[in-house]
Amino acid sequence: MTAFFTETVPGLFNYWVVIALMMIGFYTVIAHDNLVKKLIGLNVFQTSVFILYISMGTIRGATAPILMDGPAGDHAVYAHPLPQVLILTAIVVGVSTTALGLALIVRIHEAYGSIEEDDVLAADFATQDAEQAEEDERSRAAKAAEPHAPSGGDDGAEHEDDPRR
Amino acid sequence: MIAHFVSQFPILVVVVPLLTMPLVVLAHRAFAAWALYLACTWAVFAMACALFARVATHGPIDYAVGGWAPPFGIELVIDSFNAVVLLLVAGMAAINSIYARASLAREIEPERLYLVYALMLACLAGLIGITVTGDAFNLFVFLEISSLSSYALIAMGPKRRALLSSFQYLIMGTVGGTFLLIGVGLAYMMTGTLNMADLATRLPAVFDTRTCQAALAFIVVGLSLKAALFPAHIWLPNAYTYAPSSVTAFIAATSTKVAVYALIRFVFTVFGASYAFEQLPLNQVLLGLSAIAMIAASLAAIFQTDVKRLLAWSSVAQMGYIVTGFALASTAGLSASLVHIVNHGLIKGALFMAVGAMAWRTRTTSINDLAGLGRTMPFTSAAFVVGGLSLIGVPATAGFISKWALLSAILAAGHYLIAALVLIASLLAVIYVGKVVEALYFRPRDAEASNHDAGEAPLAMQIATWALIALNVAIGLHASPELTATGRAAHALIGGGA
Repeated sequence: MTAFFTETVPGLFNYWVVIALMMIGFYTVIAHDNLVKKLIGLNVFQTSVFILYISMGTIRGATAPILMDGPAGDHAVYAHPLPQVLILTAIVVGVSTTALGLALIVRIHEAYGSIEEDDVLAADFATQDAEQAEEDERSRAAKAAEPHAPSGGDDGAEHEDDPRR
Repeated sequence: MIAHFVSQFPILVVVVPLLTMPLVVLAHRAFAAWALYLACTWAVFAMACALFARVATHGPIDYAVGGWAPPFGIELVIDSFNAVVLLLVAGMAAINSIYARASLAREIEPERLYLVYALMLACLAGLIGITVTGDAFNLFVFLEISSLSSYALIAMGPKRRALLSSFQYLIMGTVGGTFLLIGVGLAYMMTGTLNMADLATRLPAVFDTRTCQAALAFIVVGLSLKAALFPAHIWLPNAYTYAPSSVTAFIAATSTKVAVYALIRFVFTVFGASYAFEQLPLNQVLLGLSAIAMIAASLAAIFQTDVKRLLAWSSVAQMGYIVTGFALASTAGLSASLVHIVNHGLIKGALFMAVGAMAWRTRTTSINDLAGLGRTMPFTSAAFVVGGLSLIGVPATAGFISKWALLSAILAAGHYLIAALVLIASLLAVIYVGKVVEALYFRPRDAEASNHDAGEAPLAMQIATWALIALNVAIGLHASPELTATGRAAHALIGGGA
C-alpha cells in the first residue's frame, strides 16, 4: 500500500499536476464565454505541456545542465537539457499565439464593442440570418421569374430593362 | 560550385521564403512587395521542380541541417512522397502570386498590402517546412509558423466576421498544435529521439506501452484538427469564407493537404501502418469519420447561399475522400489519397480563384449576386464550370482520376458501403455545383448590378485561374505521370512502414 502510494502520488507528482492543469486549461477554453479567459485557458493548457516536457528530463538530485569546472563537475548529474531547449521553442510559440490572440480580441472589441463570445456570435448570427433571409427571398424571386426569363433573356441587352420581379 | 548550390536546395526551399519575408516588410510599397513575393515563390517553385526531378531519378534526399549528423541534428528528408506535396505547395504559391496582386488590391487597403505578402511567405515557409522535415519536433514548429501566419491572414478579410473566424481557428489550431506537441513529447519520452526515421526503428520496442498508444492518439487528434477531419472541421467554413479571396485560394489548396500529409507521415513512416491499423483500430475510426464527413458536409454545402462557404463545406467533404483513401491501409488506397491531395488542391485552388475573380467584379460572393455572370464574365464562369465538373469527377478532369483511383481501392478492399457513400457524395456534389452554375448561366443579371459592373476580371487573375483549370484537364486526359509518381510514393511508404 505504501509502495503504491509513493510510486503513484508523490513519484508522479509532476504528471498529476500536468493532467490537472491540462484539464483546467481545456475546460476554461471550452466553457468560458469571455475571449480573454479563453485565451488564458489556452495558456494554462500549453503550460501544462511545458511542465510535461521539463519533468521528463528531470533526474532526482540532478543539477541544472551547466558545465562546471573541477571535481564537482565531473561527478555532477545533470538534468537532460534537450527537453528544456525544445520547450523554450514551444514557449516562444505560445507567446506569439497569445500576442496574436490578444491582438484579435482588441480588434473584435473595436468591431463589435464586446469580448463575450455570445454577444459577438449573436451579432454575427443576426447579420447572417438577415443575409440568409434576403438571399432566400431573392432565390425565390429568381425562381418565380424563371418562366418569363426565356422571352426576355435571349441576349444581355434586352433583359436589363426587363422588370424581373 | 553549381552542384554544391543544388545540394542545398532542401533547406533553401524553406529559408528563401523565410528570408524574403523581412525584405517584403522592408520594401513596404505594395508593388515592390508583390514583385519580391512573385520572384520568391517562383524561385521556390523552380527549386521544388528540381528536387522533384532529382528524387524521381536518384531516390530520396537526406539533408543534415547545419552539418549535424542525424539523429542528433535536424534532418530534412525528401522522398517520393513528400516531393509530390512539395511540388503542389510550391506550385500553388507560384500560380497564386500571379493572381494575388489584383485580387488583394481590391480587398485590402494599400498600406497594409505588404503585410499580407509577408504573411503569405511565412505561411509558405511553414507549409514547405512541414513537408520537407524529417524531425518530429521541427514539424511542430513549422506547423505553428504556418498556422500563426494563416490566423493573421484570415483576420485580414474585409468583413468584421473574419475576426471571430480567425479567433476560433486560433483556439482550435493551437489546441491541435499542442496535442501534436504532447504526442511528440510522449514518443520522445519512450525513445529519446525526435528524428522520424530513428523513431520508426525505436518505437516498435515500446509499442505495448500505454504511453506509445497515447502518443499516437494525441498526434492523430492534433493533426486531424489541422486537417479539418469531420468532427474537428468547425473552424474551416468560416475561415475560408471570410479570408481574402487570394488567401482562401492558397490556404484551401495547401494547408489542410499538408496537415493530412503530416498525418500520413506519422501513421505510416513513424508508427507504421501495422501498428496503427492492426494493433489499434485507427482505420475503422478514420473510415467512419470520413464517411460522415463526405455525406454530412456535402449536404451542408447544398444549403449554402454563399459560394465561398459552399466550396468550404465541399472541402470538408473532400477531406473525407482523402482520409478514406489512406485509412484503407493498402498501396492502392494510399496512392488514391495522394492523387486526391494533389487533384483536390488543384480543383479547389481553381474554383476559389474563379470565385475570387467574380468577387473582384461584383464585390460579393453570394450566389444571387453572381446570377447571370455567365454572360458578362464568360471566361471566369467557364473556368468555374470546368472546375466544378472536376470537383464532381466527370471524365477528362482531374477529379475523375482521383475518384476512379479511390473507388477501385475501396472496392479492392471490399468496403462496398463506403464505395456507395463516395458515389452518393459525388451526386451531392452535382447538386451544389449545379446550384452555382444554374445561377451563373440560367438566371438574368440584376438590372441595377449590371450597370456598374460589367466586364471580365483582370487578365492576370484569369491567367492564373485558367492555368489551374488547364492542369486539371491535362491530368484528366493524361494521368499516367501523376499516377506513376503517387504509386511509387505509396509503395515506398507501405514498404517502409511494414
